[in-house]
Amino acid sequence: MKGYLKRDDDFQTRRKHLENLSDDELHARFWELLDKTVEPLLDLAKTHTSPSVERSVLLRMGFSSIEAKPLVEMAIDRGLIGKGVGNLVYRAAKNNEISIRDAGLGLLDGQYWDTLNFN
Amino acid sequence: MKEYMPNEKLDIRDILSNLEDYTPKRRGWTWRTPVPNLQMGGHKYSECSEPLKNSIGIPSAVQYFDNLDPQPNEVITTEIASGRFEDDIRRMRMAAWHGADHIMVIRTAGQSHYDGLIEGSPQGIGGIPVTRKQVRAHRKALDFIEEEVGRPINYHSYISGVAGPEIAVMFAEEGVNGAHQDPQYNVLYRNINMVRSFVDAAESKMVMTWADIAQIDGAHNANATARDAWKVMPELMVQHGINCLFSYKVGMEKGNICLSTVPPSAAPVPCTKYDLPYAVALRDFFDEYRMRAQQNTKYITSSSREATVTHVLNMMISKLTRADIQSTITPDEGRNVPWHIYNIEACDTAKQTLVALDGILEMVGLNTEGYLPEQVRELKERAILYLEELHEVGGYFEAVEKGFFVDSGKYPERKGDGIGRTIDGGIGVGTVYEREPDYMAPVTAHYGNNNVEQYDPDTINDPAKLIAGCTLEKPEKIVFIDELDEQDNVANRLEEAEKYRNTNLIKPEMEWLADGTVVLELFLPTDRRTAEFAAIEVAKKMNIASPEVIHTEELHPSEGSRIQVKGKVDIEIDLSTLEIPDEPVMLSDDELWTAIDVKPLKVVAATVGEDEHSVGLREIIDIKHGGIEKWGIEVEYLGTSCPVEKLVDAAIETNAEAILASTIISHDEIHYKNMKKIHELCIEKGIRDKINILCGGTQVINELAVKTGIDAGFGRGTKGKHIATFLVNNRK
Repeated sequence: MKGYLKRDDDFQTRRKHLENLSDDELHARFWELLDKTVEPLLDLAKTHTSPSVERSVLLRMGFSSIEAKPLVEMAIDRGLIGKGVGNLVYRAAKNNEISIRDAGLGLLDGQYWDTLNFN
Repeated sequence: MKEYMPNEKLDIRDILSNLEDYTPKRRGWTWRTPVPNLQMGGHKYSECSEPLKNSIGIPSAVQYFDNLDPQPNEVITTEIASGRFEDDIRRMRMAAWHGADHIMVIRTAGQSHYDGLIEGSPQGIGGIPVTRKQVRAHRKALDFIEEEVGRPINYHSYISGVAGPEIAVMFAEEGVNGAHQDPQYNVLYRNINMVRSFVDAAESKMVMTWADIAQIDGAHNANATARDAWKVMPELMVQHGINCLFSYKVGMEKGNICLSTVPPSAAPVPCTKYDLPYAVALRDFFDEYRMRAQQNTKYITSSSREATVTHVLNMMISKLTRADIQSTITPDEGRNVPWHIYNIEACDTAKQTLVALDGILEMVGLNTEGYLPEQVRELKERAILYLEELHEVGGYFEAVEKGFFVDSGKYPERKGDGIGRTIDGGIGVGTVYEREPDYMAPVTAHYGNNNVEQYDPDTINDPAKLIAGCTLEKPEKIVFIDELDEQDNVANRLEEAEKYRNTNLIKPEMEWLADGTVVLELFLPTDRRTAEFAAIEVAKKMNIASPEVIHTEELHPSEGSRIQVKGKVDIEIDLSTLEIPDEPVMLSDDELWTAIDVKPLKVVAATVGEDEHSVGLREIIDIKHGGIEKWGIEVEYLGTSCPVEKLVDAAIETNAEAILASTIISHDEIHYKNMKKIHELCIEKGIRDKINILCGGTQVINELAVKTGIDAGFGRGTKGKHIATFLVNNRK
């Protein structure tokens, strides 16, 4: 067995504190509890990224799916994904005065990585 | 793309041409436009929407009501899963004509685990690989189809798996209108790491919000997975709540957030006692959100009849509570034959039921005392208790780890058999990275920390300004990939069936052009298992290749069984060799009523010769059988075995405009001889130029009948309307 909790239905005893709530109060309680549930999940998403999030950024910057994938992998390999892969491309373009596309294709080609100048 | 008339087939090559330059004509989800108190066909509808420009009503509408086709307020979904996007397009057009305005394209098996976008047009299994090319071709075809039927059509697919954000961006760019998005689906059913799933989900939802894409959640899967589906109700409310509030807090409008809700049970359990309280409780809690009513699939079998009844009962719940989108799982879901005909049947079932129940809540109400509100209250409290314990154990992730979800007990009962996942397990584990303080993404619709001010403080509200606009503002920046696989692509598939594409040749088909698939319906007078094997032999003897039993039903342990077999036939028909007689032109009911009202019409009728048959003629005459009396034609019926002299005399006496003679017996050409005799008698009596002579019978051929001198002959299959039309159009 999976070892998860087994329990008989104790609804009648468990519900005592809800018994006197009005329907509107139940409605409010349901959404308050959900609010507490999703807040930490939203915080996590605000402060983290993933390969798919970064690839989606590159797509929006005008790269194809087959360009975005290796570019994100190269950023991970170099420990730079926490900067945002779009950021890397943007910096490469800015620092070398080239277009966004040329910057991305250059990075894919192994160029410009030494020009990013992150602290 | 050219304009197609209804009698022209769409040309797939035309749709595919210049696809690289195609941009969707609009974005976002569209609801139907309700027309309160809609007047149509002399009836007043309370809950129907703007009618269509081109459509096909349910069969009775076509046969009895001049295609009266009121459209319910609910958006109607059809799910398409043939695996070939080019064949899906034809099905979309057929479904749209039958009232579907939400086309949900199922993804190929395994796409959830594909780490990136799939490109090109490979064939899928149980759905299509959702690629930019295929999505664009579909949306382009639908842009035409929605003009043809006169109502916007929502195109929909899935944003889940380990490439959610990229798919969301592609959907936003391509004008996709609806999508499933629910990180809990990833976690519970695809075993994708939970941290990754929620991080990706926030980005996906942010992009969907920008594109005004309506979202459907994945909670209905708990219903389909749980051991006893009606016990999972408290948890379902929690799952819906997590996805709804997470989406809303990302920025999505509540009006675009739809709960995928299923009546949890089905007969033979007393399902309304479970389903109705659950539906009421859910709509009470989620009063600001949209309801996408799905059909119960947990208890579906291969009986399409039974699935249709479940569908209808589920829609009764929809009408007694609320549904914004009515889904139509096809009645073949239980036997995995996703065929054209079943999509259309399901759309018709939805339309028929929703229109039939129009205005029901103006006549009946839900009880506010007793069983119903007691059950509603209990379900709500159980859902709240669930959330309380979820917090006691530390939150959502911990609850998943402890097997809270899809437990077969009715919470707070726990059976210990839930689906548990670990926070450091699953596909994609370890692929979530913390954003550093200078993390930045210069694009629109990006969720979370985004330090653009390090470059330009003016871009805080418009990060894409840093790159002079991203693909969402400047679609010309999108990179379109046509094909990556030289073998598995639409061009090769089109070649395979080229012989049958817009030519004179056709083959029977169920899902792909010229697939040759047929279904055989049999009754065999033996037990079920024997019948199954006997049916296969029957199919083989009929030259049906690869026969497979798709449905069996025992009618009695020994007296007989019902069997359905599918298989393939290699039969093609050259349409240019068919001899198809002109379809008889018939006047409408209204035209006939008016014509007879303006100028009354009388006829005499009898079965002539030594002939006691009366059934055929009675059907032509009787109002009960749709005979000519229906439109007010007066009939003097002289019975059977009537001598022709008597018939002609009666015509003179009653001043009839026509003689109707039925002649069944045909040996020795006696029927044609009698026709000639009536004709000659009329000449002799001097009335031939004033009277129509119509003769009918199973063996009568019009061309031979008119050679005898009479006005028209009518053979097998003649209806009263054919006769009435002839009489009105040929008055002397």
